[in-house]
Amino acid sequence: MILLVDLCYRPESLSHPEFVSPIRRIVERSGMIVQVVHYLEPDPVPAGISGIILCGTALKDNGYLEHPDRFDWIGEISIPVLGICAGMQALARLLGGEVVEAPEIGMTDVAVTRKDEIIGAERIFSAYELHTFGVTLPPGCRELARSEACIQAFRHREKKWWGVMFHPEVRNDWVVERFVQVIGADR
Amino acid sequence: MRLGVLCSGGKDSLYACGCAMRKEEVICLIGIRARNPESYMFHTPNVHLVTLQAEAAGLPLVSVETSGEKEKELGDLELALHRAKEEHGIEGVVTGAILSVYQATRIQKICNQLGLWCFNPLWHTDQEKYMESLIREGFLVVISGVFAAPFDETWLGRAIDRELIDDLRRISQKWRISLTGEGGEFETLVLDTPFFSKRIRIDEAESEYANHNGVIRVTRATLEDK
Repeated sequence: MILLVDLCYRPESLSHPEFVSPIRRIVERSGMIVQVVHYLEPDPVPAGISGIILCGTALKDNGYLEHPDRFDWIGEISIPVLGICAGMQALARLLGGEVVEAPEIGMTDVAVTRKDEIIGAERIFSAYELHTFGVTLPPGCRELARSEACIQAFRHREKKWWGVMFHPEVRNDWVVERFVQVIGADR
Repeated sequence: MRLGVLCSGGKDSLYACGCAMRKEEVICLIGIRARNPESYMFHTPNVHLVTLQAEAAGLPLVSVETSGEKEKELGDLELALHRAKEEHGIEGVVTGAILSVYQATRIQKICNQLGLWCFNPLWHTDQEKYMESLIREGFLVVISGVFAAPFDETWLGRAIDRELIDDLRRISQKWRISLTGEGGEFETLVLDTPFFSKRIRIDEAESEYANHNGVIRVTRATLEDK
Protein backbone atom coordinates (compact mmCIF):
# COMPACT_ATOMS: atom_id res chain seq x y z
CA MET A 1 0.00 0.00 0.00
CA ILE A 2 1.19 3.51 -0.83
CA LEU A 3 0.40 6.40 1.45
CA LEU A 4 -0.45 9.65 -0.33
CA VAL A 5 0.00 12.67 1.88
CA ASP A 6 -2.25 15.62 1.00
CA LEU A 7 -0.40 18.91 1.68
CA CYS A 8 -3.26 21.17 0.59
CA TYR A 9 -4.70 23.90 2.82
CA ARG A 10 -7.22 21.63 4.56
CA PRO A 11 -8.43 18.01 4.40
CA GLU A 12 -10.72 17.25 1.42
CA SER A 13 -10.18 20.78 0.07
CA LEU A 14 -11.11 22.06 -3.38
CA SER A 15 -7.46 21.46 -4.35
CA HIS A 16 -7.60 17.75 -3.48
CA PRO A 17 -9.00 16.61 -6.88
CA GLU A 18 -6.31 18.66 -8.63
CA PHE A 19 -3.20 17.64 -6.69
CA VAL A 20 -3.99 14.33 -4.98
CA SER A 21 -6.52 12.48 -7.16
CA PRO A 22 -4.39 12.45 -10.37
CA ILE A 23 -1.45 10.91 -8.43
CA ARG A 24 -3.83 8.40 -6.87
CA ARG A 25 -5.05 7.32 -10.32
CA ILE A 26 -1.49 6.76 -11.60
CA VAL A 27 -0.57 4.69 -8.52
CA GLU A 28 -3.75 2.61 -8.70
CA ARG A 29 -3.28 2.07 -12.43
CA SER A 30 0.18 0.75 -11.55
CA GLY A 31 -1.43 -1.91 -9.38
CA MET A 32 -0.94 -0.51 -5.88
CA ILE A 33 -3.52 0.15 -3.17
CA VAL A 34 -3.64 3.75 -1.99
CA GLN A 35 -4.47 5.36 1.30
CA VAL A 36 -4.70 9.14 1.57
CA VAL A 37 -4.03 11.18 4.70
CA HIS A 38 -3.83 14.92 5.25
CA TYR A 39 -0.56 16.22 6.70
CA LEU A 40 -2.36 17.92 9.59
CA GLU A 41 -4.15 14.74 10.68
CA PRO A 42 -3.06 13.67 14.16
CA ASP A 43 -1.67 10.24 13.27
CA PRO A 44 -0.70 10.19 9.61
CA VAL A 45 1.07 6.79 9.52
CA PRO A 46 -1.22 3.79 9.07
CA ALA A 47 0.16 0.24 9.35
CA GLY A 48 1.26 -1.73 6.30
CA ILE A 49 2.52 1.05 4.03
CA SER A 50 5.43 0.33 1.70
CA GLY A 51 5.95 3.79 0.20
CA ILE A 52 4.96 7.43 0.67
CA ILE A 53 4.17 10.17 -1.85
CA LEU A 54 3.95 13.75 -0.61
CA CYS A 55 1.68 15.55 -3.09
CA GLY A 56 1.77 19.11 -4.41
CA THR A 57 -0.43 22.12 -3.70
CA ALA A 58 -1.89 25.16 -5.47
CA LEU A 59 0.49 27.99 -6.31
CA LYS A 60 -0.70 30.20 -3.44
CA ASP A 61 -1.00 27.35 -0.98
CA ASN A 62 2.15 27.36 1.16
CA GLY A 63 0.60 26.61 4.57
CA TYR A 64 2.61 23.38 4.87
CA LEU A 65 5.77 25.49 5.24
CA GLU A 66 4.40 26.80 8.55
CA HIS A 67 4.16 23.28 9.99
CA PRO A 68 7.56 21.61 9.39
CA ASP A 69 7.08 19.46 12.51
CA ARG A 70 4.14 17.71 10.79
CA PHE A 71 6.66 15.84 8.60
CA ASP A 72 9.05 14.66 11.34
CA TRP A 73 7.49 11.17 11.31
CA ILE A 74 8.95 10.57 7.83
CA GLY A 75 12.46 10.76 9.29
CA GLU A 76 11.67 7.83 11.58
CA ILE A 77 10.80 5.31 8.85
CA SER A 78 12.92 3.76 6.13
CA ILE A 79 10.55 3.10 3.23
CA PRO A 80 10.76 4.84 -0.20
CA VAL A 81 9.48 8.43 -0.30
CA LEU A 82 8.67 10.65 -3.29
CA GLY A 83 8.04 14.35 -2.67
CA ILE A 84 6.30 16.26 -5.46
CA CYS A 85 6.65 20.08 -5.61
CA ALA A 86 5.36 21.13 -2.15
CA GLY A 87 6.24 17.58 -1.08
CA MET A 88 9.80 18.06 -2.34
CA GLN A 89 10.03 21.27 -0.31
CA ALA A 90 8.80 19.51 2.84
CA LEU A 91 11.28 16.67 2.26
CA ALA A 92 14.18 19.06 1.57
CA ARG A 93 13.53 20.94 4.82
CA LEU A 94 13.33 17.69 6.76
CA LEU A 95 16.80 16.85 5.42
CA GLY A 96 18.28 20.26 6.25
CA GLY A 97 17.80 22.03 2.90
CA GLU A 98 16.25 25.46 2.49
CA VAL A 99 13.17 26.64 0.65
CA VAL A 100 14.02 29.56 -1.64
CA GLU A 101 11.99 31.69 -4.03
CA ALA A 102 12.19 30.26 -7.58
CA PRO A 103 8.85 30.69 -9.38
CA GLU A 104 7.97 28.68 -12.49
CA ILE A 105 4.59 28.18 -14.20
CA GLY A 106 3.95 25.98 -17.25
CA MET A 107 5.96 23.65 -19.47
CA THR A 108 9.70 23.99 -18.81
CA ASP A 109 12.87 22.27 -20.04
CA VAL A 110 14.34 20.02 -17.38
CA ALA A 111 17.92 18.76 -17.81
CA VAL A 112 18.78 15.45 -16.16
CA THR A 113 22.26 16.00 -14.72
CA ARG A 114 22.82 12.56 -13.21
CA LYS A 115 21.51 9.15 -14.27
CA ASP A 116 19.04 7.66 -11.82
CA GLU A 117 16.67 4.68 -11.59
CA ILE A 118 13.61 6.95 -11.51
CA ILE A 119 14.63 10.07 -13.41
CA GLY A 120 16.46 8.01 -16.05
CA ALA A 121 19.37 8.86 -18.35
CA GLU A 122 20.95 12.29 -18.87
CA ARG A 123 18.78 14.23 -21.33
CA ILE A 124 16.39 17.17 -21.52
CA PHE A 125 12.65 16.66 -21.17
CA SER A 126 9.67 18.98 -20.90
CA ALA A 127 7.78 19.14 -17.59
CA TYR A 128 4.88 21.08 -16.05
CA GLU A 129 5.83 23.50 -13.29
CA LEU A 130 3.59 25.21 -10.76
CA HIS A 131 5.56 26.59 -7.83
CA THR A 132 6.66 29.79 -6.15
CA PHE A 133 9.50 28.18 -4.20
CA GLY A 134 12.38 25.86 -5.00
CA VAL A 135 14.92 24.25 -2.67
CA THR A 136 18.64 24.19 -2.00
CA LEU A 137 20.24 20.75 -2.20
CA PRO A 138 19.87 19.16 1.26
CA PRO A 139 22.97 17.64 2.91
CA GLY A 140 23.34 13.96 2.02
CA CYS A 141 21.50 14.31 -1.31
CA ARG A 142 22.50 14.31 -4.97
CA GLU A 143 21.03 16.63 -7.58
CA LEU A 144 19.49 14.63 -10.43
CA ALA A 145 17.93 17.33 -12.61
CA ARG A 146 17.55 21.09 -12.88
CA SER A 147 15.83 23.83 -14.85
CA GLU A 148 17.04 27.39 -15.35
CA ALA A 149 15.25 28.43 -12.16
CA CYS A 150 16.00 25.65 -9.68
CA ILE A 151 16.79 22.04 -8.76
CA GLN A 152 14.14 19.84 -10.38
CA ALA A 153 15.02 16.49 -8.79
CA PHE A 154 17.20 15.17 -6.00
CA ARG A 155 17.79 11.86 -4.29
CA HIS A 156 19.11 10.98 -0.87
CA ARG A 157 22.48 9.19 -1.10
CA GLU A 158 21.46 6.33 1.22
CA LYS A 159 17.69 6.30 1.57
CA LYS A 160 15.27 5.77 -1.29
CA TRP A 161 13.98 9.30 -1.00
CA TRP A 162 13.37 11.40 -4.10
CA GLY A 163 12.08 14.91 -4.61
CA VAL A 164 10.79 16.32 -7.90
CA MET A 165 9.79 19.95 -8.35
CA PHE A 166 7.76 19.44 -11.55
CA HIS A 167 4.30 17.86 -11.56
CA PRO A 168 4.70 14.35 -13.01
CA GLU A 169 0.93 13.86 -13.29
CA VAL A 170 1.06 16.21 -16.29
CA ARG A 171 2.72 14.38 -19.21
CA ASN A 172 5.34 12.63 -17.06
CA ASP A 173 3.38 9.82 -15.38
CA TRP A 174 6.47 7.63 -15.73
CA VAL A 175 8.04 9.24 -12.63
CA VAL A 176 5.26 7.93 -10.39
CA GLU A 177 5.13 4.60 -12.26
CA ARG A 178 8.87 4.04 -11.73
CA PHE A 179 8.55 4.98 -8.06
CA VAL A 180 5.84 2.32 -7.73
CA GLN A 181 8.19 -0.16 -9.45
CA VAL A 182 10.94 0.66 -6.92
CA ILE A 183 8.50 -0.11 -4.12
CA GLY A 184 7.44 -3.33 -5.87
CA ALA A 185 11.07 -4.43 -6.18
CA ASP A 186 11.65 -3.75 -2.47
CA ARG A 187 8.75 -5.89 -1.26
CA MET B 1 -12.82 31.48 0.41
CA ARG B 2 -14.68 33.82 -1.97
CA LEU B 3 -14.39 32.46 -5.50
CA GLY B 4 -15.32 33.48 -9.03
CA VAL B 5 -15.98 30.75 -11.59
CA LEU B 6 -14.70 31.29 -15.12
CA CYS B 7 -17.75 30.17 -17.05
CA SER B 8 -18.05 29.35 -20.75
CA GLY B 9 -21.61 28.02 -20.52
CA GLY B 10 -20.36 24.48 -21.16
CA LYS B 11 -20.39 21.43 -18.91
CA ASP B 12 -16.83 21.64 -17.55
CA SER B 13 -17.02 25.13 -16.08
CA LEU B 14 -20.46 24.59 -14.57
CA TYR B 15 -19.55 21.20 -13.13
CA ALA B 16 -16.43 22.83 -11.63
CA CYS B 17 -18.73 25.52 -10.22
CA GLY B 18 -20.77 22.84 -8.44
CA CYS B 19 -17.55 21.33 -7.01
CA ALA B 20 -16.49 24.77 -5.74
CA MET B 21 -19.91 25.40 -4.15
CA ARG B 22 -19.53 22.23 -2.07
CA LYS B 23 -16.17 23.36 -0.63
CA GLU B 24 -16.02 27.16 -0.73
CA GLU B 25 -18.19 30.24 -1.34
CA VAL B 26 -18.90 30.96 -5.00
CA ILE B 27 -19.51 34.71 -5.31
CA CYS B 28 -19.87 35.27 -9.07
CA LEU B 29 -19.54 33.82 -12.53
CA ILE B 30 -17.02 35.36 -14.92
CA GLY B 31 -17.83 35.20 -18.63
CA ILE B 32 -15.60 36.07 -21.58
CA ARG B 33 -17.44 36.59 -24.85
CA ALA B 34 -15.04 35.94 -27.75
CA ARG B 35 -15.98 37.51 -31.10
CA ASN B 36 -13.53 35.17 -32.83
CA PRO B 37 -15.02 31.64 -33.18
CA GLU B 38 -11.45 30.28 -33.41
CA SER B 39 -10.57 31.67 -29.95
CA TYR B 40 -7.69 29.70 -28.38
CA MET B 41 -8.95 30.22 -24.86
CA PHE B 42 -12.68 30.71 -24.85
CA HIS B 43 -15.50 28.47 -25.89
CA THR B 44 -17.78 30.51 -28.20
CA PRO B 45 -21.09 28.91 -29.31
CA ASN B 46 -23.87 30.31 -27.14
CA VAL B 47 -21.58 31.92 -24.60
CA HIS B 48 -24.21 34.68 -24.41
CA LEU B 49 -26.39 32.24 -22.45
CA VAL B 50 -24.03 32.52 -19.47
CA THR B 51 -26.20 35.50 -18.49
CA LEU B 52 -29.20 33.16 -18.05
CA GLN B 53 -27.04 30.54 -16.31
CA ALA B 54 -25.85 33.14 -13.79
CA GLU B 55 -29.45 34.19 -13.17
CA ALA B 56 -30.52 30.57 -12.72
CA ALA B 57 -27.67 30.02 -10.26
CA GLY B 58 -28.53 33.23 -8.39
CA LEU B 59 -25.06 34.66 -9.00
CA PRO B 60 -23.90 37.99 -10.45
CA LEU B 61 -22.01 37.79 -13.75
CA VAL B 62 -18.83 39.67 -14.56
CA SER B 63 -18.77 39.77 -18.34
CA VAL B 64 -16.03 41.02 -20.66
CA GLU B 65 -15.95 40.94 -24.45
CA THR B 66 -12.74 39.97 -26.25
CA SER B 67 -11.70 40.03 -29.88
CA GLY B 68 -10.55 36.44 -29.31
CA GLU B 69 -7.18 37.02 -30.98
CA LYS B 70 -4.34 34.87 -29.65
CA GLU B 71 -2.53 36.47 -26.69
CA LYS B 72 -4.66 39.69 -26.90
CA GLU B 73 -7.51 37.77 -25.30
CA LEU B 74 -5.29 37.12 -22.29
CA GLY B 75 -5.36 40.84 -21.51
CA ASP B 76 -9.15 40.70 -21.60
CA LEU B 77 -9.14 37.69 -19.27
CA GLU B 78 -6.92 39.60 -16.86
CA LEU B 79 -9.31 42.54 -17.03
CA ALA B 80 -12.27 40.26 -16.24
CA LEU B 81 -10.54 38.63 -13.26
CA HIS B 82 -9.38 42.03 -12.03
CA ARG B 83 -12.95 43.33 -12.24
CA ALA B 84 -14.27 40.30 -10.35
CA LYS B 85 -11.67 40.93 -7.65
CA GLU B 86 -12.49 44.65 -7.39
CA GLU B 87 -16.28 44.35 -7.61
CA HIS B 88 -16.88 41.13 -5.68
CA GLY B 89 -13.76 40.68 -3.56
CA ILE B 90 -12.93 37.25 -4.96
CA GLU B 91 -9.85 35.57 -3.54
CA GLY B 92 -9.62 32.84 -6.14
CA VAL B 93 -10.75 31.62 -9.55
CA VAL B 94 -12.21 28.25 -10.54
CA THR B 95 -11.86 26.82 -14.05
CA GLY B 96 -13.14 23.70 -15.80
CA ALA B 97 -9.73 22.86 -17.34
CA ILE B 98 -9.25 19.11 -17.73
CA LEU B 99 -6.12 18.54 -19.80
CA SER B 100 -5.29 21.80 -21.55
CA VAL B 101 -1.86 22.87 -20.35
CA TYR B 102 -2.08 25.88 -22.70
CA GLN B 103 -5.24 27.14 -21.01
CA ALA B 104 -4.26 26.21 -17.46
CA THR B 105 -0.81 27.80 -17.69
CA ARG B 106 -2.15 31.12 -18.90
CA ILE B 107 -4.88 31.29 -16.27
CA GLN B 108 -2.42 30.29 -13.53
CA LYS B 109 -0.06 33.10 -14.61
CA ILE B 110 -2.80 35.73 -14.59
CA CYS B 111 -4.12 34.56 -11.20
CA ASN B 112 -0.57 34.71 -9.87
CA GLN B 113 -0.13 38.29 -11.11
CA LEU B 114 -3.43 39.30 -9.48
CA GLY B 115 -2.71 37.48 -6.21
CA LEU B 116 -5.62 35.07 -6.73
CA TRP B 117 -5.84 31.37 -5.93
CA CYS B 118 -6.56 29.14 -8.90
CA PHE B 119 -8.59 25.92 -8.68
CA ASN B 120 -9.07 23.31 -11.40
CA PRO B 121 -11.21 20.58 -9.80
CA LEU B 122 -11.47 18.58 -13.03
CA TRP B 123 -7.72 18.59 -13.71
CA HIS B 124 -6.73 15.19 -15.14
CA THR B 125 -10.00 13.72 -13.95
CA ASP B 126 -11.20 10.25 -14.96
CA GLN B 127 -13.16 11.31 -18.03
CA GLU B 128 -15.56 8.38 -18.04
CA LYS B 129 -16.48 8.80 -14.38
CA TYR B 130 -16.87 12.55 -14.87
CA MET B 131 -19.31 12.10 -17.77
CA GLU B 132 -21.31 9.62 -15.67
CA SER B 133 -21.33 12.13 -12.78
CA LEU B 134 -22.96 14.75 -14.98
CA ILE B 135 -25.93 12.45 -15.51
CA ARG B 136 -26.06 11.09 -11.97
CA GLU B 137 -25.99 14.57 -10.41
CA GLY B 138 -28.74 15.94 -12.64
CA PHE B 139 -26.93 18.17 -15.13
CA LEU B 140 -28.88 18.75 -18.34
CA VAL B 141 -26.25 19.28 -21.04
CA VAL B 142 -26.69 19.35 -24.82
CA ILE B 143 -24.16 19.16 -27.64
CA SER B 144 -24.06 22.69 -29.08
CA GLY B 145 -21.24 22.25 -31.57
CA VAL B 146 -19.30 19.51 -33.38
CA PHE B 147 -15.90 20.12 -34.89
CA ALA B 148 -14.43 16.72 -35.88
CA ALA B 149 -15.10 13.49 -37.73
CA PRO B 150 -17.11 11.31 -37.33
CA PHE B 151 -19.65 13.69 -35.77
CA ASP B 152 -22.56 14.47 -38.07
CA GLU B 153 -25.50 16.81 -37.63
CA THR B 154 -27.53 14.20 -35.70
CA TRP B 155 -25.25 14.92 -32.73
CA LEU B 156 -26.25 18.59 -32.56
CA GLY B 157 -28.75 19.20 -29.77
CA ARG B 158 -28.38 15.70 -28.27
CA ALA B 159 -28.49 15.60 -24.49
CA ILE B 160 -25.66 13.92 -22.60
CA ASP B 161 -27.23 10.70 -21.39
CA ARG B 162 -26.04 7.08 -21.06
CA GLU B 163 -26.79 6.39 -24.73
CA LEU B 164 -24.66 9.34 -25.83
CA ILE B 165 -21.79 8.30 -23.55
CA ASP B 166 -21.99 4.76 -24.99
CA ASP B 167 -21.87 6.20 -28.52
CA LEU B 168 -18.88 8.40 -27.61
CA ARG B 169 -17.11 5.41 -26.06
CA ARG B 170 -17.66 3.40 -29.26
CA ILE B 171 -16.13 6.03 -31.52
CA SER B 172 -13.50 7.41 -29.17
CA GLN B 173 -10.76 4.87 -29.79
CA LYS B 174 -11.14 4.56 -33.56
CA TRP B 175 -11.35 8.31 -34.11
CA ARG B 176 -9.16 9.41 -31.18
CA ILE B 177 -11.98 11.46 -29.71
CA SER B 178 -11.79 12.32 -26.02
CA LEU B 179 -14.94 11.42 -24.07
CA THR B 180 -15.22 14.96 -22.73
CA GLY B 181 -14.52 16.81 -25.98
CA GLU B 182 -11.39 18.21 -24.35
CA GLY B 183 -9.60 18.20 -27.70
CA GLY B 184 -12.21 20.60 -29.10
CA GLU B 185 -14.08 17.79 -30.89
CA PHE B 186 -17.42 19.03 -29.56
CA GLU B 187 -18.82 21.81 -27.39
CA THR B 188 -21.67 21.69 -24.92
CA LEU B 189 -24.32 23.97 -23.44
CA VAL B 190 -25.69 23.51 -19.92
CA LEU B 191 -29.44 23.98 -19.55
CA ASP B 192 -29.83 22.81 -15.95
CA THR B 193 -27.71 21.92 -12.92
CA PRO B 194 -28.50 20.84 -9.34
CA PHE B 195 -27.77 24.42 -8.20
CA PHE B 196 -29.99 26.23 -10.73
CA SER B 197 -33.31 27.43 -9.29
CA LYS B 198 -34.77 27.44 -12.82
CA ARG B 199 -33.83 25.66 -16.02
CA ILE B 200 -33.09 27.19 -19.42
CA ARG B 201 -35.66 26.58 -22.14
CA ILE B 202 -34.53 27.03 -25.72
CA ASP B 203 -37.33 28.89 -27.54
CA GLU B 204 -35.59 29.43 -30.88
CA ALA B 205 -32.39 28.11 -32.36
CA GLU B 206 -30.78 27.75 -35.74
CA SER B 207 -28.19 25.21 -36.77
CA GLU B 208 -25.55 25.11 -39.44
CA TYR B 209 -23.54 22.06 -40.41
CA ALA B 210 -21.08 20.98 -43.11
CA ASN B 211 -18.27 18.43 -43.22
CA HIS B 212 -18.24 17.41 -39.55
CA ASN B 213 -18.42 21.05 -38.44
CA GLY B 214 -21.63 22.42 -37.04
CA VAL B 215 -23.16 24.56 -34.33
CA ILE B 216 -26.54 25.27 -32.84
CA ARG B 217 -26.99 28.96 -32.18
CA VAL B 218 -29.66 29.69 -29.61
CA THR B 219 -31.39 32.90 -30.70
CA ARG B 220 -34.04 33.00 -27.95
CA ALA B 221 -34.09 31.31 -24.57
CA THR B 222 -35.89 31.84 -21.28
CA LEU B 223 -35.81 30.50 -17.74
CA GLU B 224 -38.64 28.18 -16.75
CA ASP B 225 -39.64 26.60 -13.44
CA LYS B 226 -38.18 23.17 -12.71
